This record gives sequence, structure tokens and C-alpha cells, in this order.
Amino acid sequence: MAAHETVFNPDDRYNAFLTVCRKAPHSDGKLAGIAVAVKDNISTQGIETTCASKILKGYIPPYDAHVVDLLKQSGAAIAGKTNMDEFGMGTTTENSAFGPTLNPCDTTRVPGGSSGGSAAAIAAGMVRMALGTDTGGSIRCPAAFCGIVGLKPTYGRVSRYGLIAYANSLEQIGPMAGTVSDVSLLMQVIAGYDRRDSTSYNKPYTHTPNPDIKGLTIGIPQEYFGAGVDPRVAEVTKRAIFRLEELGATALPCSIPSMEYALAAYYVTCTSEASSNLARFDGVRYGPAADTKKSWHDAYREVRRAGFGAEVRRRIMLGTFALSSGYYGKYYAKAQIARENVKKDFARIFSEVDVIAGPTMPTIAFKLGEKSDPLSMYLADILTVPVNLANIPAISVPCGKVDGMPVGLQIMGKPFEDERVVDVAFAYEQVAA
Amino acid sequence: MTDAQVIVGLEVHCQLDTQSKLFCGCSTDYRSDGPNTHVCPVCLGLPGSMPVLNKKAIEYAMRVAKALNCSVTDEAEFSRKNYFYPDLDKAYQITQYDKPLAKGGYVEIEADEGSGGKCVQITRIHVEEDPGRLVHMGNAERGRYSLVDYNRAGIPLIEIVSEPDMRSPKEARKFLNKLRATLEYLGVFDSEKEGSLRVDANISIAGSERVEVKNISSYKGVEKALTFEVTRQKNLLRRGRTVKRETRHFLEARGITQSARSKEQEHDYRYFPEPDLRPVNVQSWVAGIVLPELPDARRERFMAQYGCSANHARTLTGELRLANFYEHVVASGQKGLFTLAATWIADTLIGELNYRNMTIDTVQAAPFKKLLEHIQGDECTDKSGVEVLRVMLDTIKQGLPYETPLAILDRLNLRKVSVNITRPFAYGITLKSGVEPNPIMKALSEVLTEQPRAVEDFRKGKKEAFNFLIGHVMKKTRGRADPKELNRLLVEALKNREA
Ligand SMILES: [Zn+2]
Repeated sequence: MAAHETVFNPDDRYNAFLTVCRKAPHSDGKLAGIAVAVKDNISTQGIETTCASKILKGYIPPYDAHVVDLLKQSGAAIAGKTNMDEFGMGTTTENSAFGPTLNPCDTTRVPGGSSGGSAAAIAAGMVRMALGTDTGGSIRCPAAFCGIVGLKPTYGRVSRYGLIAYANSLEQIGPMAGTVSDVSLLMQVIAGYDRRDSTSYNKPYTHTPNPDIKGLTIGIPQEYFGAGVDPRVAEVTKRAIFRLEELGATALPCSIPSMEYALAAYYVTCTSEASSNLARFDGVRYGPAADTKKSWHDAYREVRRAGFGAEVRRRIMLGTFALSSGYYGKYYAKAQIARENVKKDFARIFSEVDVIAGPTMPTIAFKLGEKSDPLSMYLADILTVPVNLANIPAISVPCGKVDGMPVGLQIMGKPFEDERVVDVAFAYEQVAA
Repeated sequence: MTDAQVIVGLEVHCQLDTQSKLFCGCSTDYRSDGPNTHVCPVCLGLPGSMPVLNKKAIEYAMRVAKALNCSVTDEAEFSRKNYFYPDLDKAYQITQYDKPLAKGGYVEIEADEGSGGKCVQITRIHVEEDPGRLVHMGNAERGRYSLVDYNRAGIPLIEIVSEPDMRSPKEARKFLNKLRATLEYLGVFDSEKEGSLRVDANISIAGSERVEVKNISSYKGVEKALTFEVTRQKNLLRRGRTVKRETRHFLEARGITQSARSKEQEHDYRYFPEPDLRPVNVQSWVAGIVLPELPDARRERFMAQYGCSANHARTLTGELRLANFYEHVVASGQKGLFTLAATWIADTLIGELNYRNMTIDTVQAAPFKKLLEHIQGDECTDKSGVEVLRVMLDTIKQGLPYETPLAILDRLNLRKVSVNITRPFAYGITLKSGVEPNPIMKALSEVLTEQPRAVEDFRKGKKEAFNFLIGHVMKKTRGRADPKELNRLLVEALKNREA
């Protein structure tokens, strides 16, 4: 493998990058010389990795995440680290400690989150592809808001080794790009078994998108077109599904009654896991150091208070509460039951249809600062979190515009049928172009 | 009140003697290396790292479960125990909570009263990771600080929890000894490694609150800490006060327990299932585990095969290395050696080793066997044998070059001397010039000359005088004289003298 160098000099007027690698070495391979941006919660050896948090400022990992290994082996050049909501906690990328990313389609709007930097970098043409991570919609939401394609793979299909955990049982690293073909190509590189991630499966992805969807059945859950969904977004999405029917697919109405509890189950689970995952940031081993003159207890408190942003602190508090003795049964255990119900609903529907389709987000991208209270922000995740609770694959592909802003069509598939959701998105992309 | 029933239950943590850590590939052989040299992203808890279960540790734990007659769960599941402490790299410990590896076994020990055995019930066995280690530096004047070493972080631990079935500190010690022996026989634990054992003890006086004593890190410490607690709690009750339910720390150096700050007692560990590990189906492995010979079986065999007494057999098989040492010594030996070796190892060698703070694995079986053969072959007395043994052990301890037992015997002039004359001899015999005097006879005649009073006493019928004279001859010959022969010679010498 010969070593080459890519010179990368993006005009980052959208604050998509936290770190830019102006000279990126690369070797030969499937992605030879392609600049790939990496979300800043993925460990990159020798490149600062902060999760957009002050608490990791200056942290330069001594090791590469498995997906970064794979990128390098395939000849990709690491273009830099992209902005995000701190530790992935947000839907707008406004929760970054290093300033929000702007939506290249309209700079008064957010790019979505939490992988907003990756989506904006692609939408602005700075890179051809990028890695994002999706805990409750963090790949699909910014893909929809920025008008690009993003895939949240089946849980376990892509190694999480080196992904700085926010909510381990929900999240996956996934490919983002301007086209379905590029998403598929990047997926070929990053999917597969990794012995360092005990939750990973030996299911490599070798697929090339195929637009033939004749005979495909598509479930249309009523919940994805009901209250809380902007009727204009619903309309655009319905038209997209109609195009799929024209290609030979059959749409069937269905229902996911467990969605009533999905959001609650999601937030209890992710905050619980986060409260534990983020406990290690104490200023002892990395990041800004704790004041050693104080007792360790006081020093920890100080470092964590100064290092974490408001949303992160809120979620740590919520999760700590949900796991505490006397409340575990009421919250965490209940959330797991609700999660099982979501899985069962999907299994039931998937016994009758091949894929499920609906809008990715209930609205178009918000104005910067529009979602100021946390609850209304959480509600925006309602259409994306069921997929994470059920560990199934889902893709968001642009399917039209409302008010000049992109709308995403979300295709959800059976576990390990990532290929199928890619094909459906590809079929749509071919006729929409 | 003084006869109140003591109730003890133990939580024993042992490091499993695997090659690599519980969740990463780092070596467990860290003790002779510098701090933070056996670490990687996983055991440092670096952001993004993930645990990978070391199956060997689970297999080891299942061996223990089987040997302690426990039932093993279908699926081993791990949980996170969340708490902040600088030695805990991830701020949570990966452990097992509501689904431990095994439940419901027992360990047989000798009861305090009577000769029978008793069963201590085992509540549960689970596997978890060891945290790192803090080294406290500085002092009150120059500023206290702590250094942290993560070499130990991630070493596999097995936690064995007993029911409160023990009735005295001594029984607790016996339980612990039996547990240690069993774990060593299973090849999963090395008790010689520093810090490889830690015990938390629950202790109460019947009818009173329970006290938990944490941080006991030695076998002797357990008995000491519990004895201290029994006295403390009984004294409280005697003075009409109540025992508070609390956690106490054992201060090994001072031999006392001390109340932990109340803050430490209010932990809410917020356990929840570890999402980075899938449950492991272990039930299918259990059947495949073949247990080696365990202490009880070996003890029976020592009695049957070597004719060891029950006590010797128990002592010798109570430690794996000791039992192995014994079998090395008697291997291909004659029957007479079996008992001699058992007596010498159990009654003499152990004591001499303990006195020198040495362990059995520093001693070679072959030279020890040679020494026994010299004793057996009448080349030296038991007393000289002990002296040679002491020299041998000192030589090992000081790292001096090896010397055969025979060479030591000769160097110290400790070879048994016998007088080999069939004809009685007369007191006051004159020695032919040029002939080396027999040292025993020389000593004998000297003593008789130097102690006329005792000779006179004996003549007057004082029997103690005889032993007095024997003692003096022994002293002069430094124990080299065969006591039986010396007796005969003295009797004759005194008889001659009277004549
Ligand atoms: Zn390690």
C-alpha cells in the first residue's frame, strides 16, 4: 500500500468541522484518496477527539476506532472531525461546546443533529462522505434536514469499538453521503465483525444497490402521519411512497401502538446509560485536569460542572435518577418492557411487509434557537427513536422540499436487511432525480 | 452474655490466576513491573474502548462453582456497579448483580467442637473486575497526594459469598484455608501473590445488629479482625450498650477495626445490565469441566496410600504446594520414608519455614529427601537433622551456593558418632597415644571428672543426677551421640566407677 497525501482545504463557513486535517495521508484501496469526515465522537489516533465537549478538550486518543482502521485500510483520507451535539445529546448540533453548525441549505436554520457537522460537510460539498452516529436519529435527522442520505445500520453490524459511548444499547456508527450509492460504498467498508466489540455480528455488507423493487410490500404506520407531523412534510412523504408504488411496490397501512411509550422508553434508556458512560470524565486520565490540591471528590465535582454543557448535565441527572434504588423498577425496568413492546410491534409488522416507510422528521429543519425548551426538542425525535429501540436498520433519503427545505423519506427494514432499505432508497433516488 | 453466639459470614474476593485480564489482553503478571505498564485503552477506560470477556476467567470460576457444589446459571450476565473513585477508571465496575454465575453450594470444614465436620453454605459466586490501586504519598506537613496505578485494573476476581454459618473467628479461618486450598487445587488461584485475596466479613452476636468489616487482606487478618470485633461487640453488650449496624475498616497494622465514615455507607450503586457485553451461555460448559483431585480426596489418599496419620494428612494436603512437596519427597522412596517424611514436613519443616517467613516452593524436594535418608540411615540424629535443615534453609534464604546435606553434616562435624566397642570399658581408661579419642567417650570421661557431685548423687540413689550427666555429655558432643547408646555407656561407666 503506497502512501499518498490528500490536501484538504475546505471553506468551512458552516462550522461543520471541529478539526480539519489539511494534509491527510492515505493509501490505495476502495476509497483511495476520498476525503471522509469523521464525527468527533469516534476515536482517531493522534487527532483530537472531543465529542464537542469542553471536558475532552485536548484529548488526543492513542488508538483508532475500528471503523477508522477500516477507513484507512480502504485508502480513505481522514478529512477531519465534525461538529455535533455534545456527546450526541441533541437534535440540532446547537449543543456543541464549540458553537453550532449552520445548515448549508439555509444558514438561519440548524442542520439537525447530533451528526450535524457530518451532514453539513456533505451538503456543502466539502466532503463526499462522512461517518455519523445514530443513537435516536442522529444520522437520519441531519440527513433529512440537510438533504443528504444517511443510514443507521442494524445494531451490531458496524463495530462500536472506539465510538465514545452515549447510549451503548441504542447507537450505531453509520455512513452518510450525497447519494445512496456512496452510502452503500461506505457501508461496505465499515460493516463486519470486530472481536473488540462483543455486540458485533459477523454480517459483512458486500451489497451494490439494486433499484428493482417490484413486488415489495411497504408498511405505512398511521403514527408516522398523525398528530405532531407537519402536514406538508406528511404530504411530500406520501408522494414519495406513491412513486415507490409506481415502481411496483405495494403500500399497506399498519400501526405501531407501542409508539405511545417509545419516546419515554428511549429517553429513560439513553439517559440511564449516559449517566454511567459519562461518569469516567473526571479529569484524572484525560481532558482538562482536576485540581489536585482539592479532595478528589471536590475536584471531580468542579471538573464535571465546568466541563459538561447544560443538556449533558440534564441527561446525566435524569439517568442517575432513573437508575437509583427505589426508582429503577419504575423507570429503567419499565422502559425495557416498553422497548420489548416496540420490538414486538416491528416484528409483527415485518411478518406482513418487507419495509416500513414514513417521514424521517416530523418537520423541516428548525430555525437556530427555535427549540429552546428541552421537551419540544425531545418530541422531534418521535419518528426516529423506535428504530433504535428495535435495533433495526433505517435510511433517510431526500424526497422533496417544504418551504425550500429538504424533507427525508425514512425506510425501515428487518434486522440485518440493511441491503433492502438501501435498495428501496436507491430505487426512489433513481426516479426522483 | 459471654457465651453469646458469634455469627460470621464472609465475602471472599480472590484474583483468578489467568494470563490476561478479564476484559482485555493485558498481562496479569504486573507485580514486578512499574506502575501503569500493563494497561491498554480498555483497562484504562479510555473513551470508546469496550470490554471483551476473557472466557478463561469464566471457566475458572465455573471450576470453583463445581468444586463448591454450586449450581451454575444458564446465562452469565454482567452489570455495572456505578461509583466514583480515582482507582476506578470507568467510574463503574463491571460485575455480576442479579444473575450471578453460581448459587447455592457448600464447603466442608472441621467444626470447632468435637471431631466432626460441618458445612458452610455458599450463597453465590460471581466474577468481576479488580479496580486499580492508589498509592498514598506525602504526609500532613508536606502535602498528601495519591498516585494511581491501573496495572491491577481489570484483573479477574471471583467473589464467593458464604451464609452466616461460622460460629467463631477460628472457624472463619478454617473456612478460608479450605477455600484457598480448593482454589489452588483447581489451578485457578495463587495465594502467594501479594494482594490476591481480600475479605469482607459480616459479624454479629446473636440478637444484635450485624457489622461489616471491610478491607481484610490476609488470612491471619481475618481471624484477627474477627477476634477484635467479637471482643468489641461483647464488651458493648456487657456494658448494656447496643451494637450499631455499620461498616468498619480493618487496620491491619494496628489489629483493630474502625468505623467507616457514614458517607461511605450510603452508596447507591445504580446497578444495571452492562450493555457492551452479551449474556454468555455457560450451562453447556459445566458438564465438560473435569475437576482434579481436591483436598478432601487427597487427604484420604494420603492416609490410605502413605499411612499418614489423620492430622499429618490434613496438614500436608491443606496446601497444594505442601502436598506436592510431600509426594515429590516420597516418590520412589521406601515405605519407611512415608511416615518419616510426613513427620518431618508437618512437624518440623513448616515451623522452620514460618519462622524464616519462607514458602515451601523455595525448598527442593531432592536435598530434603537426602537429609531424611541420612536420618533414616542412622548417619545423624534427629537433633542434628534439624540443625542441618536450618542451615539448608538459611542458605536458600541468603542465596548462598548449594551444599549437600552430607557436606553440611561434615562441615559442622555433626555426623553421628558411635562407640562400637563390645567390651565394657573402665572409667579412667588411658588412651593410647596416636589414637584419636572417640569423642563420646572423651566427653563422657570429661563430664564424670567435672561433675563429681552428680556422680556422688547418683551413687546415693538420686535418679535425676543421671539425666543431668547425660545432658552435659550431649552438650559437649553437640547432640551427635545416639541417646540410646549414650545411656548404655553412662550406665556402664557409673557401674565401673562404683566397682
Ligand atoms: Zn488492558
